[in-house]
Amino acid sequence: MTTIDLPGRAGEPANLKQGKAVAGKERMKRSRGNKVAPLLFLTPFMVLFAIFFLLPIGYAIYQSLYHSQVSGLGLGPNSTVTKFVGLSNFSSVLHDHSFFSGLGRVILFGIVQVPIMLVLATLLALLLDSATVRLKRFFRLAFFLPYGVPGVIAAILWSFLYLPGLSPIVSVLKSAGFGTINFLGIHSVLWSIANIITWEYTGYNMLIIYAGLQAIPPSLFEAARIDGASEIMVSLRIKLPLIFSSIVLTAVFSIIGTLQLFSEPQVLRAVTTNISSSFTPNLLAYTKAFVENDPNTAAAVAVILALGTFILSFGFLKLVQRRAFSEVEL
Amino acid sequence: MTILDVEKPTRKKGPTGAERLTSRTSIISMAFLFVMATYFLVPVYWLVISSTKGPATLYGSQGFWFSHFQFFSNLSGLFSYSNGIFVRWILNTVLYAGVGATVATLIASMAGYALSKYNFVGKEAVFSVILGGVLVPGTALALPLYLLMTKVHLTDTYWSVLLPAFVSPFGVFLSRVYAGASIPDELIDAGRIDGASEFKIFRSIGLKIMSPALVTIFLFQFVAIWNNFFLPLVMLSNQNLYPVTLGLYSWDNQYGQAPQLIAYVVIGALISVIPLIIAFLSLQRFWQTGLTSGSVKA
Repeated sequence: MTTIDLPGRAGEPANLKQGKAVAGKERMKRSRGNKVAPLLFLTPFMVLFAIFFLLPIGYAIYQSLYHSQVSGLGLGPNSTVTKFVGLSNFSSVLHDHSFFSGLGRVILFGIVQVPIMLVLATLLALLLDSATVRLKRFFRLAFFLPYGVPGVIAAILWSFLYLPGLSPIVSVLKSAGFGTINFLGIHSVLWSIANIITWEYTGYNMLIIYAGLQAIPPSLFEAARIDGASEIMVSLRIKLPLIFSSIVLTAVFSIIGTLQLFSEPQVLRAVTTNISSSFTPNLLAYTKAFVENDPNTAAAVAVILALGTFILSFGFLKLVQRRAFSEVEL
Repeated sequence: MTILDVEKPTRKKGPTGAERLTSRTSIISMAFLFVMATYFLVPVYWLVISSTKGPATLYGSQGFWFSHFQFFSNLSGLFSYSNGIFVRWILNTVLYAGVGATVATLIASMAGYALSKYNFVGKEAVFSVILGGVLVPGTALALPLYLLMTKVHLTDTYWSVLLPAFVSPFGVFLSRVYAGASIPDELIDAGRIDGASEFKIFRSIGLKIMSPALVTIFLFQFVAIWNNFFLPLVMLSNQNLYPVTLGLYSWDNQYGQAPQLIAYVVIGALISVIPLIIAFLSLQRFWQTGLTSGSVKA
């Protein structure tokens, strides 16, 4: 019953600290000779973390404050001049129409796609956890299967299913009288991407929520059932509030993922011209760095995006944290 | 083990629920579940059917049924195209994901264990910084990492994709939570009294007790590396170093010039997905254990 123990421990940092103050002295005495050990245990991770997490963040910030310019013909070792430009890269990004249209696009995408996916995932998890449903194992595997398909492969797969001439879906819809539906049109392509993401991650999110449901002691709703509560009532009134923290977790990861949107639009560019090189902020950063050879502006885009992501996901977490913890601590 | 504990009582729900099975809601919910299962399975079904077709029948035949079965010639074509580079991509992926996830799991569990079982100055600060790392998206790091790797001439090498994969802040988080909940301090003290070194205690007591968490960390990291697209896309230009995702992506962008490639992209996608799906389904229980302990803290 590890999972049942955990919420109390993890959710009460204050208590943990008080306990430490009391037991701390005693513990310290015993482990005095072991001051080096934790350091040694931590060193490999911290060194790599510093090099591959902290350093790139620092370097991106540094890069975003400079501007490199090729002088003359661009030949010779000193042909590139780098100079400090302060926040001008940021202001140029923030005045860039394409950055904002890309940002607006992913925000619109997130507002529509994330709730649909999470409602679907929650509904499926609750259904699979309810007593009246058969074939649970089959459904669980079927829903989770797409997560085993890497994002790029899923995008390639769906790009075939969107492509007129190749796609059986387009032809089936046509013979059903819907006409030729253009999944790759200038307006529809964003929602076609939303479909790919929903297809891939609904099952994964469902599993996180389902795991949360499995951790609820059955005694909590057994009593309600005996009192004659319907399965729907048990799901909505008892289970749903208890899995709130799991849903919050899936929401945070979904928000992060949405703002980083890159692979799917990048892959779909092979089959449609309706995805511009600045379709999402990440695509813009990629284009700036590798097509326009402007790593400084690309760094500024990456910094703004990372900061935005961090603030948004952290803010969302804080916003719901109070509620989440009070629910978890039964 | 957690899931197993909980799952037993839930099974008992069966008989009580059976009485209600006839109700209208359960018919509606079963219908809904079947519709959703169709949605999730149809693309995979299409992929399986299409892997048996050549470039011509891919376009010219009914997509949801077989036509002119040539699965095996597709397969041999896939494995021999461009001197068997597809096999190399698969091996590269196994290398990146296998080695990357193994190393990441080991060093993350060591760090998590230290953060859970020792007291030292700045412990909470260190943990907060690492926790912040969970929220930093990998794609935001890829670009500056590329610029840094250029400086030390590491781009377009195995290391450029492998080294960043060694770091799993989520792994540290999970192993700290897990070690805190499952390794009794008394056991560690007993080991000390017996004269075992700190490292030996970690190896023989810590790692053993934490093994369910280790499997979860390994799986998460393995899948994350297997799925990673942005980092190799940015780092690699030598085709021989590509993971399979990047390789298939490059073919996907070329079939305009080489029409037979579309059949190879289709069957290649199927082949590259099979090992992962098998691993997923057979290790499902570990996933769920990890997901539960992971979701609790957030």
